[in-house]
Amino acid sequence: MSTDVTERESETETEPEAAADAASRPGSSTQQRQESDKRERSAMRERAERELAESDRTVELEVYRYDPDVEGKADPRFDTFPVPFTKGMTVLDALIYARDHFDSSLTFRHSCRQAICGSDALFINGHQRLGCKTQMADLEWPVRVEPLPHAEVRKDLVVDMEHFYDQMEAVEPYFRTDDLPSGDLAEQRQSRQNREKIKMSTRCIWCGACTSSCNIAAGDEEYLGPAAINKAYRFAMDEREGEAMRDHRLNVVEKEHGVWRCQTQFSCTEVCPKDIPLTEHIQELKREAVKRNLKFW
Amino acid sequence: MRQSYDRGPVEDFGRWREFTAGMWAWVFHKFTGWVLVGYLFTHVAVLSTATVDGATYTATLQGLEELLVVRFLEVGLLAVAVFHIINGVRLLFVDLGVGLEAQDQAFYAALVLTGAITVGSIPTFLGGI
Repeated sequence: MSTDVTERESETETEPEAAADAASRPGSSTQQRQESDKRERSAMRERAERELAESDRTVELEVYRYDPDVEGKADPRFDTFPVPFTKGMTVLDALIYARDHFDSSLTFRHSCRQAICGSDALFINGHQRLGCKTQMADLEWPVRVEPLPHAEVRKDLVVDMEHFYDQMEAVEPYFRTDDLPSGDLAEQRQSRQNREKIKMSTRCIWCGACTSSCNIAAGDEEYLGPAAINKAYRFAMDEREGEAMRDHRLNVVEKEHGVWRCQTQFSCTEVCPKDIPLTEHIQELKREAVKRNLKFW
Repeated sequence: MRQSYDRGPVEDFGRWREFTAGMWAWVFHKFTGWVLVGYLFTHVAVLSTATVDGATYTATLQGLEELLVVRFLEVGLLAVAVFHIINGVRLLFVDLGVGLEAQDQAFYAALVLTGAITVGSIPTFLGGI
């Protein structure tokens, strides 16, 4: 979660320079620009070598590389990058360092760097984790970084999230209600108890770590997956939505490829970076579904 | 997803080293379940010898019990059945939503208990050979 200060500086130093370079030579061709890029890169590499020599601890980062469009990278392989370790360094910091100093083609998603955008769920040392939330110091070295399993790799650490988003949309993850308050200006209030009940389920950041860890989701394309079911839980348990909507939502999750596919392996609960008790929520929806359908009279 | 190219070591069986407690519980539960289903067939086969007459049944059972392999298999069968039962109780609690935070400890407890009961049964099963 920390931001690498030295690296920040380097970004601000080099960028205006490069821009000024380009501006000073109005007729600069692509070739010239490529050359200046190359010079810049080798400068970064020299800088990295200096920093590596100066630092007391170096962490080796083994990163999965794959790019179907580049000949030499069409066969998946691992590249090792040495990164000077600094206190508080996260896996994402190390990846950014490797990309900026060694190989600008290293591709991965990241945005907020504080575990809220859900872009950088990666397979780090055999577990689905958020790169920005995982401290280098907590891991066994060398650190191995791979794209999320059970998803198609587009390039390096970037996987296709389309299927995951489809599943999320399938449970209609937005608030809807027929149960409107009577007055024009009346507020739609939620009780404290009800808010407390759905609190954990609202924390989902759509990172896809749980679905990637789920054995069942890997083998069953149609299975909603833990994230989508958690989303359904968040709204089905929200009392403001009213009975009709709740019925509709339970109808969705109790389908053949809904909650009943869950085999309580607890993989999703283990990997969730926001500590959502996913299995617990799925189990509760199962019980609600049974209560709705099982009649003894 | 599934029709994607071969990811190699990312998605193969080598990942078992990274399994967590809940996953192991699931794997063992499936495995013991299938073993028990398989056992039911032999169980029915042995019991059906009683349809011939009492003597055949006794002779079959005595013949089986004389074999050392069968004695060891019985210990194994007990271990498998005990784990399946105890983990089944654990799963009942999981279904009821009780103590989900302790599900991993429950799995370890099931393993320890299974081990203890199995070891305790050895004198009975292997005695008198």
